[in-house]
Amino acid sequence: MLKLENLHVYYGGIHALKGITMDVPDGKIVTLIGANGAGKSTTLRAIAGLTRAQKGSIKLMNEDITGKPAHIVTQKGVAMAPEGRRIFPNLTVLENLMMGAYPRTDKEEIFSDLDWVFSLFPRLKERQRQKGGTLSGGEQQMLAVGRALMSRPKLLALDEPSLGLAPVLVNEVFDVLRQIHEEGCTILLIEQNAKAALKLADYGYVLETGRITMSGPGRELLENEKVKKAYLGE
Amino acid sequence: MDIQSFIQQLLNGISLGSLYALIAIGYTMVYGILRLINFAHGDVFMLGTYFAFYLVMIFMLPWWLSATLAIALSAIVGMLIDRVAYRPLRSAPRISALITAVGVSFFLENAGIVVLGARPKGFPRPEFMSHTYNLGGAYITGVSIWVPVISVILLLVLFYVIYRTKIGMAMRAVATDMETTRLMGVDLDRVISYTFAIGSALAAAGGIMWACKYPQINPLMGIFPGWKAFTAAVVGGIGNILGATIGGLVIGIIEIMIVAFFPALSGYKDAFVFVILIIFLLVKPTGILGETLKEKV
Repeated sequence: MLKLENLHVYYGGIHALKGITMDVPDGKIVTLIGANGAGKSTTLRAIAGLTRAQKGSIKLMNEDITGKPAHIVTQKGVAMAPEGRRIFPNLTVLENLMMGAYPRTDKEEIFSDLDWVFSLFPRLKERQRQKGGTLSGGEQQMLAVGRALMSRPKLLALDEPSLGLAPVLVNEVFDVLRQIHEEGCTILLIEQNAKAALKLADYGYVLETGRITMSGPGRELLENEKVKKAYLGE
Repeated sequence: MDIQSFIQQLLNGISLGSLYALIAIGYTMVYGILRLINFAHGDVFMLGTYFAFYLVMIFMLPWWLSATLAIALSAIVGMLIDRVAYRPLRSAPRISALITAVGVSFFLENAGIVVLGARPKGFPRPEFMSHTYNLGGAYITGVSIWVPVISVILLLVLFYVIYRTKIGMAMRAVATDMETTRLMGVDLDRVISYTFAIGSALAAAGGIMWACKYPQINPLMGIFPGWKAFTAAVVGGIGNILGATIGGLVIGIIEIMIVAFFPALSGYKDAFVFVILIIFLLVKPTGILGETLKEKV
């Protein structure tokens, strides 16, 4: 589905990504874990076309999308739930979801997807006429995920969906991710909550100061001594 | 002052104010999205009147058709200004775009003098605009009645576009979070282009009605209405469309009332408008309905 080859990104003078190679196979959940500032968000921004990669390539289903503008990447099937949720506070919940479906023209399909998102997040249905800014943190996260799903993505990329949420809500969000995955969506999950992410993921990558230092099936990484020490607090 | 003449003055103020409102919306929409004061906006207002003038006088088209075509042409000019002058500077520092805006304005004014001629031209206003109506003792010209009516219709169309259409939704989204809007698959350049088109169309509509009110046009006629509409946008709260509408009416009514109540000060009526601007920038820089003003010009 998605392949990163030797990706380098510089922010001003900072070498943020120092040659990232990773593979997100079709139909799988892949997670990228790492500490603050390791370059997780930068990786996602590069994939989404928000940050330019100076070297290396990004391929989506064997098509080179390196350097393509963000709206084209989205139209090609990558949807992102960005860090900090970034919902539109002045738009209603319904409008936020419709923004997710912006490039689509298949009206009937859009409304059936809307019903699907409402079935995943019944809370959003109750609040569809409310302004996005009036939602609680958990509801905003649900809205951010729901909005990303409204583009009917081939690849769903999530940046720290558990950030700032109560443990109950984290479980709720991860349950929905599992459900979305079962319906055939490929997921790239970026998380600081390594335990929850690795439990869910088929495959994991560990990012340290701009380099991939470890990778393996999620279960294996959960058992890895180094990972346990550095990221699981055990 | 008796009640008849007060009503007369109030209607005058509302009609002038709704023109300021129409122009102010273009400033405020562009500012809301790009954080740019489009100084060339007043000159698009001027071009709109010239388009209408030539379509009526040279191409002999009926008045309503000339006005419609002039508005459409002005929308295209607005999109062209964005395409040629502002789009290449999208990632440049904001001050570069601002200086460019001043440059575009000077260019249009001086090109106007060369191409259109500096001598003022008499604007051929239609009969319904110059007709005087007697409403219960108050004599009111067609302009004072039709300008607010047409402006209200245009504003309703605008609010429909902004709040009920897909492109309007994208405009509201871009105004709050440009980056996330791109992630939604929205082509920003296209949304911005439409924003310029809508703002310029409204400015041209305002310009044509302005020329019906003051039927003499010249290439520098956009400067003062442009500045005052900019004041209206700031007073209403820049970035806020409803604010620009309210600001326009406030400025228009104050300007007319100063002349009506203090005829001795009528020579200073323009100065009063800018005094209001200065007071607002000092006391309430966010304006009547404004959100936080991130950068002042």
